[in-house]
Amino acid sequence: MNGSKLTAAKYLGHKRLVQSGVLLLVGLIYVVGCYLLKFDTIQGALSIPKAFSWLAINFMPTHESMSYLPQILNKLFETVLMAIASVVVAAVIAIFFAILGSKVTGINKFMQILVRGIASFFRNIPLVAWAMILLFSFKQSNFTGFLALLLMTIGFLIRAFMEIIEDEAGEAMLALKATGASYFQVIFQAVIPQIIPSLISWILYMIENNVRDATLVGILTGTGIGFIFDLYYKSFRFDAAGITVLSIIVVVIILETLSNQIRKVIL
Amino acid sequence: MLEVKHLAKSYQKDKPALTDINFKIDPGNFVAIIGPSGAGKTTILRSLNQLIKDDAGEILLDGEDIRSANKSELRKLRRQIGMIFQNYNLVERLTVLENVLHGRLGYKSTLAGVMGRYTEDEKREALDLLDKVGLSEFALQRCSELSGGQKQRVGIARALIQHPKVILCDEPIASLDLASSQVVMKMLKDLIQELNIICIANLHQIDLAKEHADQIIGIRHGKMVFNDVADKLDQAAITELYGTAVEEKEPA
Repeated sequence: MNGSKLTAAKYLGHKRLVQSGVLLLVGLIYVVGCYLLKFDTIQGALSIPKAFSWLAINFMPTHESMSYLPQILNKLFETVLMAIASVVVAAVIAIFFAILGSKVTGINKFMQILVRGIASFFRNIPLVAWAMILLFSFKQSNFTGFLALLLMTIGFLIRAFMEIIEDEAGEAMLALKATGASYFQVIFQAVIPQIIPSLISWILYMIENNVRDATLVGILTGTGIGFIFDLYYKSFRFDAAGITVLSIIVVVIILETLSNQIRKVIL
Repeated sequence: MLEVKHLAKSYQKDKPALTDINFKIDPGNFVAIIGPSGAGKTTILRSLNQLIKDDAGEILLDGEDIRSANKSELRKLRRQIGMIFQNYNLVERLTVLENVLHGRLGYKSTLAGVMGRYTEDEKREALDLLDKVGLSEFALQRCSELSGGQKQRVGIARALIQHPKVILCDEPIASLDLASSQVVMKMLKDLIQELNIICIANLHQIDLAKEHADQIIGIRHGKMVFNDVADKLDQAAITELYGTAVEEKEPA
């Protein structure tokens, strides 16, 4: 008893020593880094409020910038539609692959590995890279943006749907299999009805996510709200760029509220 | 009649989960399989409808060996074997009626089953069965709204609409309170006598097994150590089956 108490005290003392050591080391790296880069910490800290007040003054929408609003809303609508379209198409494709590849509904080991491979390939190439690659083949068009969003969303949704199937559908599936139901009957009568709430929840999340991402893709592919923002920004119409950002935020918040409401109803 | 001969199964090499299981059950009999956790009760039950592929032996349902059945034969045999689960295994999002009708899927063409098209007769029978298990007023409610005992009764109705020769119950009352357990056990017992079918239930509760079962099979370490009428299960047999406290501490 006494012995273990002693070692506990020793262990805690040792841990404290290591923690102070790490803290000291991080501090040292910072100081040396500042010296090497000739970075003045105080000056840097002081410039933050200045930067924000510059932002506030320049990006603050004025009365005149309201005239841009119809054009902005038009493009924003286009972007939201693109996000929804990409998610809906991706969801249809993803559910098909997820059923083929999940551990409980998958047809064989080879398919499971293949589907997992496809999903992680699509998912792990960054969206920006997808957009740049696709630009070569599809030029600056809405379709390029749609495709980039679609491919990444497929990767995410396959993975998410597979996990949903494995977590939620196993038990009901077993029961239907035991009644003598065939594979397709089990899929349509047990698996799909059982997972629909989680499926919809993920689809809604991806729509929110893709509205944000579509903005970024739009900058690259020259379409939608991203293009408008880029245009205003690069032509120094900061007030218009400001109102663009503001409308994106408002739309994303509206979408989020809406999908939370839908979730509450279906779950 | 259900006959099991020399059934064996091992999940890992040299570690048999079941060795040489033999029993025979006549229609109208309620059989309880009891034994410690991990003894192999679930493996036996799931081998009977081949949800688990066993390694060797014979499983004869009215003379037909389910083990050598091909895919379509297996489907036909499975629809004669209803199954009830500890966690009910219902499709919670669907209505009570739809879950009962799932028991007919084995009899339907793939397309009709996929679309969920059932005949008027099937629907009427489903409603009659729900009446029988006392759930007729819940027919159009979602299963997720029911209590545990009610869910299990939906499970019973789903098994019965299969017109089964055998009903397998995998720990049917392990998730239920005492009152619901009694209701479910009594219901099962009455139904199998009325319909003259076989019921095999894995149970943890020895007292309930003795109270309701006609025949008891005791499993320990994958071997059958007891197989007799329920009244013959005395304290000595129970001790042999579960082992004393000292024995359980020894490595298996």
